[in-house]
Amino acid sequence: MGDEGVEPEESATAVAAAGAGSRDTIELDRVTKTFGDQIAVNDVGFGIAEGEFFSLLGPSGCGKTTTLRMIAGFEVPTSGSIRLAGADVSHVPPYKRNVNTVFQHYALFPHMTVRNNVAFGPRSKKVPKADARSRADEVIRVVRMEDFADRKPGQLSGGQQQRVALARALVNYPTALLLDEPLGALDLKLRQAMQLELKRIQREVGITFVYVTHDQEEALTMSDRIAVMSEGRVEQIGSPTEIYDAPATVFVAGFIGQANLWPCTVVGARNGTTSVEALGATLTAPSDEASPEGEATLMVRPERVRVSATDPRPAPGVNATVTDLVFQGPVIRLALAAADGSEIVAHVGSDHDLPFLRPGDEVTASWDTGAGRVLPGRPPAMDADDYFDEELAEDWESAPR
Amino acid sequence: MRGTATGGAKRSRSAPYLLGLPALAYLGIFFVIPLVTLLKMSLSTNVGSVYEPTMVLDWHWANYSDAFSSYGAQFSRSFLYAGIATVLALLLGYPLAYVIAFRAGRYKNLLLGLVILPFFVTFLVRTLAWKTILSDTGWVVSLFDLLHVPMPDGRLLSTSWAVVFGLTYNFLPFMVLPIYVSLEKIELSLVDAAKDLYSAPWRAFRAVVLPLSLPGVFAGTLLTFIPAAGDFINAQYLGSAQNAMIGTVIQKQFIVVKDYPAAAALSFVLMAMILVGVLVYARVLGTEELT
Ligand SMILES: Nc1ncnc2c1ncn2[C@@H]1O[C@H](COP(=O)(O)OP(=O)(O)OP(=O)(O)O)[C@@H](O)[C@H]1O
Ligand SMILES: [Mg+2]
Repeated sequence: MGDEGVEPEESATAVAAAGAGSRDTIELDRVTKTFGDQIAVNDVGFGIAEGEFFSLLGPSGCGKTTTLRMIAGFEVPTSGSIRLAGADVSHVPPYKRNVNTVFQHYALFPHMTVRNNVAFGPRSKKVPKADARSRADEVIRVVRMEDFADRKPGQLSGGQQQRVALARALVNYPTALLLDEPLGALDLKLRQAMQLELKRIQREVGITFVYVTHDQEEALTMSDRIAVMSEGRVEQIGSPTEIYDAPATVFVAGFIGQANLWPCTVVGARNGTTSVEALGATLTAPSDEASPEGEATLMVRPERVRVSATDPRPAPGVNATVTDLVFQGPVIRLALAAADGSEIVAHVGSDHDLPFLRPGDEVTASWDTGAGRVLPGRPPAMDADDYFDEELAEDWESAPR
Repeated sequence: MRGTATGGAKRSRSAPYLLGLPALAYLGIFFVIPLVTLLKMSLSTNVGSVYEPTMVLDWHWANYSDAFSSYGAQFSRSFLYAGIATVLALLLGYPLAYVIAFRAGRYKNLLLGLVILPFFVTFLVRTLAWKTILSDTGWVVSLFDLLHVPMPDGRLLSTSWAVVFGLTYNFLPFMVLPIYVSLEKIELSLVDAAKDLYSAPWRAFRAVVLPLSLPGVFAGTLLTFIPAAGDFINAQYLGSAQNAMIGTVIQKQFIVVKDYPAAAALSFVLMAMILVGVLVYARVLGTEELT
């Protein structure tokens, strides 16, 4: 490891000059990590561009933290390699890597003041005391904690500790900031405020953020790109709209937002549309080169489903019966039963003129051809809606890493 | 409603006192009252005989000046031995506590059990065992002879080192356990954070682990130093007349010579010196922690 024993800052600049060819600040190449016989991260590869806000999203235990810890240097990949600014750092210890972590429970040093916490990184790098202090004060101002600089972490609220943790990492001008569910311990209101705050700070400092979360809403709001993980693997990487509108797998469709997932059989493809048999009808969806054949799953987002009672139309609509109607504030959630017994969930705006609908009423459900997607494989046994519901998400939130 | 609310508040305010009461009563009866008796004794004169001592309180302050003038050597020896033993126990105990807290994995409880194990044998018996181990014909002396390790007068038993080693051994668990507890409480993510912020392992220890373990070091050193300074068993069985500590003197004055006033005065002087020492120590360590 001797030749890698350079100061983080030097190595970062040296590599920036050398690796001008590759654009990505962080590159993971076929990274696998096993603990005993358990595979925590399985053959993961992706690149993160400079200044990007990149999220790792997935349910509990899918390997997000392990991936982040490998980038930080706390874990060594079992196989594969990690490059930071072009240099292979797979076996470089954390204190020689120019990335910084914001820990889930902040991990602020309880015996130091806010200022000394923030100045800790520069002091480790032998920056003179006065310089370290002024640099710390500067960043403390960026996170708006200047009134608390002389307090100890124990005297701060959760949100304030969060800001200090952020400042302590930012003060080092890292190549990338790694954040492990940084808002996980905050209540909803504060969480939403901090999401905006984090975005503001990221824009202001222009540093690459790698953000771990199991909260899909948070990932959708904040990220430039999202990697959706499941059981140690990356299921899909894409922008929030790509992932929401064009999920690549049944898992992604069910995990991000809500989705109707119906078993279907592909019967033909022509002129960019695929015909499938589902819900006792023949329906169409756009097709691309990756479209599956045979047994598959048809996905339609509930808010794309139109329900009409007054004017039952022939195809491409699906005849169905209302089984349940729930007022949820901005939307009305309608559960319909199709002719073959499958459930169709539709979200209609509460200004929709459906005041007279009652369970048992006959309706027609339809959607634009572009709203459907044919995904490989069968839907999960449980209704995806129930499987990925809010309560489970709460459980994930409170579960330890 | 209102009545219940205030009643509840009152109860919770008096609860701490009620909870502390049994211990306070116990201490009052078995510590404060004997202490006052002892104080009176230290200012009395024995008008009876060795067989039938009779105390008369005549404010005999000379007991105190006599204590200093006659036993200064024993006092300084006590503090010296206890000091060295405390430093040795710290040097041995801190790494041990560190290993148990952070590196022992599933052997943690086993190691803790081993640290406590000596308590299952009486203090006196353990010290007597050391007498055998360190004796002139014992294997330690033979081994040292073989390796040409210099020993005072070619022996170990009845030297100051034997007393110091005995003290170190006997009070080591009192050093290890508090340090272990304070190390155990340290979140491992703090060490990760230090490393993440460019600290090599040594600096992570210096800047984060060590300061956070200082409360344990403080407790451990006091729990070692205070009983070691007043100990008489080790000096009596492992040392000689030349290594007598103040505890030995007090014990002799009380049990053998039956000069109760002198013994009481010596006890008070010892107590006062330890108290002052502890306060100074707390002050120094307390300010250290702030920087
Ligand atoms: N140090 C370890 N030793 C053994 N197994 C581990 C270790 N760290 C993680 N694992 C296992 O690896 C898997 C992935 O864990 P990881 O912490 O990366 O999940 P995660 O996606 O961060 O989950 P969460 O959302 O609950 O934090 C889990 O099954 C976990 O039990
Ligand atoms: Mg995690």
